[in-house]
Amino acid sequence: MEITTQRFKHCDLVSVKGKVDSYTAPDLIKAFTVINNEGRFKIVLDLGKLEYMSSAGFRALLVGQRTCKRYNRGEVVLASVPKKILEAFELTGFTPLFKFYNDVTSAVGNI
Amino acid sequence: MRRPLVVPMRTTIFPAKFDQLEAIRKFAGQAARDMGMDDSDIYTVELAVDEACTNIIEHAYRGIKGGDIECTCDAQAESLTIILRDHGKPFNPSSVPYPNLDAELKDRKVGGLGVYIIRKLMDEVHFEPLGESGNVLTLIKRWSRQ
Repeated sequence: MEITTQRFKHCDLVSVKGKVDSYTAPDLIKAFTVINNEGRFKIVLDLGKLEYMSSAGFRALLVGQRTCKRYNRGEVVLASVPKKILEAFELTGFTPLFKFYNDVTSAVGNI
Repeated sequence: MRRPLVVPMRTTIFPAKFDQLEAIRKFAGQAARDMGMDDSDIYTVELAVDEACTNIIEHAYRGIKGGDIECTCDAQAESLTIILRDHGKPFNPSSVPYPNLDAELKDRKVGGLGVYIIRKLMDEVHFEPLGESGNVLTLIKRWSRQ
């Protein structure tokens, strides 16, 4: 798994490439924590290059969303989620917990 | 899709560590691929095996170092059987409470999701505790497309 982050004025973009499982999910939580520790709670998560995500990844997203939403207008939104990952969101009942955008531009523009 | 006539049963032993999950997924996924399953079913097999092994590492081997997981993949005419053996403490996936998938964000529990995913994705899940000798978990995935 590779994580890259990019800072915009009003939000942070976190791009995840590869596979998120119990081994790599702690790094995703760490990426969220670094952003949150700087007092920033609006995060666009670009999953366009995500190949695989287990429940460990879903847990990381849950923890991230909970922390961000605790702050005024804070939120984690998802962009470019691949179809098979989207099916896993449906399966785990996670779909209602996040806003989904087709691409990063609309996610950054709307958060 | 044409299926190969003979797919040999295969077994590999992996160290019970999170950094082995990718190798375990590849091993089970390759068995699914060799018997001709499509990408969606291969993903399903990889995900279920990952969740099962994560639970073995987290629960059966909790506080135990140096454990391993023996993974056997057996392709039959209509299904793929994956047998996971460990030598850890008894851990019965059926003892894990069903997660509430309708709960609000603040009430969502972070546990239980793995077992739920395994049950949803596999056609059969059997658990056999062997007492001191560990656990045997059998996952069966039938062909969804011919």
